[in-house]
Amino acid sequence: MIRRLFIANRGEIALRVIRTAQRLGMTTILGASEADRQSWPARAADEVVIVGPAPSSASYLSVEAVIAAAKAAKADAIHPGYGFLSENATFARAAAAAGIRFVGPDVSSLEAMGDKLMARKVGMAAGLPVVPGGEAADKAGAMAQAKATGFPALLKAVSGGGGKGMKRVDRAEDLDAAVDMAMAEAQASFGDPRIYVERFIATGRHVEVQVLGDGETAIHLGTRDCSIQRRFQKLVEEAPAPAIPADKRAAIEDAAVRLTRHLNYRGAGTVEFLVDAETFDFYFLEMNARIQVEHPVTEAITGVDLIEQQLLIADGAKLSLTQERVLPHGHAIEVRINAENWAQDFRPSPGRVTEARWPAGPGIRVDTHMAAGGDVPPFYDSLVGKLIVSGATREEAVARLAAALDRLEISGISTTADLHRAIVRDPRFIAGGVDTRFFEGLAHG
Amino acid sequence: MTTDLPLTPEDVNEITAILDGSHFDRLDLKTSRLRLRVERSAGGWTQAWSMEDDVGSVATAEPFAAAAVDADIPVGQVAVPAPLPGTFYRAPQPGAPPFVEVGAKVGPDTVVGIVETMKLMNPVHAGQSGTITAICIDNATMVDGGAVLMLVQPD
Repeated sequence: MIRRLFIANRGEIALRVIRTAQRLGMTTILGASEADRQSWPARAADEVVIVGPAPSSASYLSVEAVIAAAKAAKADAIHPGYGFLSENATFARAAAAAGIRFVGPDVSSLEAMGDKLMARKVGMAAGLPVVPGGEAADKAGAMAQAKATGFPALLKAVSGGGGKGMKRVDRAEDLDAAVDMAMAEAQASFGDPRIYVERFIATGRHVEVQVLGDGETAIHLGTRDCSIQRRFQKLVEEAPAPAIPADKRAAIEDAAVRLTRHLNYRGAGTVEFLVDAETFDFYFLEMNARIQVEHPVTEAITGVDLIEQQLLIADGAKLSLTQERVLPHGHAIEVRINAENWAQDFRPSPGRVTEARWPAGPGIRVDTHMAAGGDVPPFYDSLVGKLIVSGATREEAVARLAAALDRLEISGISTTADLHRAIVRDPRFIAGGVDTRFFEGLAHG
Repeated sequence: MTTDLPLTPEDVNEITAILDGSHFDRLDLKTSRLRLRVERSAGGWTQAWSMEDDVGSVATAEPFAAAAVDADIPVGQVAVPAPLPGTFYRAPQPGAPPFVEVGAKVGPDTVVGIVETMKLMNPVHAGQSGTITAICIDNATMVDGGAVLMLVQPD
């Protein structure tokens, strides 16, 4: 049984994990950096251990420092949150070697989903549709693969991420130069020139499925839509994914469960799909073997505490939930409030928060670690809080979001609140079911 | 410490529901760690959180950067300030040669360094035409916004 839980993270997710763990009667130990010793999670945790100086490379990202701190604190489990070391197989192994449970899937699952090409292979082995395309060992291979896949094609770096090394090719005659460029960029950015070729889906939606597995059985908790993104960063998420025919939605959910079973997956995970906005054909992209930032929208429509499920499964329990007992109802939307100046090309805005007034009331949940007098340090990502609204219908949730955003006031730093006020009034968002080009078409100002 | 009110989001919802059914417009709550004000606003409710002043040294928290103080700027020279607080880098990546050295000729848009803030790389531009006369901050040092990174002798 987990009695002493070490939280190897910061910000709103650290506070979120602390709250559920305390409710379950666990003693919480926060591993904080020097910059976070006065933070809200540090005040809420039962104990605080400093894992290192402010820069994350020496604190939150240091396997050695975090494991040493957890051992010294006599923790019997580590919750890694999201980001940082949450999907790091070396970290999971080091925890096991120290006799501490890792609240996450087995190392084999972390490794299977570790690189994009490997994830694609595992997905295919589990019988999931993937975007037509494939690996290209060298330039000739890339040319042959692209010709077979058809145009427009998308060249991607095997070791890539965050859009680097990605090239769209519209015509066969442009292929030669684009392959050269993609391989050079992949080599420069990731030290690995390998690329693979996929068909380019022009009107794609990002739809993901929340899954839970106990190593034997697996269930899903429905879909989330995260198509509103800027430079591959999610801005708005909702559950369930709107405007998808019921049979297609069921097929997507089934595919996610199939992959989860195939991996004998233990824990909470998210299976991501690219969904064609017109045909609703869907393709497996990757699986995130951790809790997601946007997990509260799923909690809002299912009533399931996903952190609690993670802790129970890590403790060795079998799933107490069955698919039949998961009965999603209503609609939920989350917006990310980041310390960024939207009007100035999303320039980061660290600093001291002088006022933190969030909305409250029925159908409103706020996950934040930001209070007046708190600091947004320049070392970490810019998320200062999430506003989650829910309603019986999507229309109700959208209306509630608009009203709630009007009551939100954070001073001292710039935030993305105004951006969300623009999104919630955009007719395309109000109609629902937008694709990933939404942000480009947003009326600025 | 858990004996103190944890004040979870569920607690806030319950407080708000109770207030909503009352004639009160505002409730202030104070724990040893935080203050919470729940208040009527624009047809709904707000929750305002604040760090309690007498806990820790929030008001006098140490600055993250030691290099915030303005260097003495010789007459006729112009400072290149950090556009944001963050980590100052002189080169585009570890091991690469620095963007500029003392003596380099620069234009207003010449990139002379990078400040990494919240995982984003922000270019530092020279801001004027001239010659770099001094580099005031070491590579990979935390700086405050506005800290003097370099000096330029304008043309």
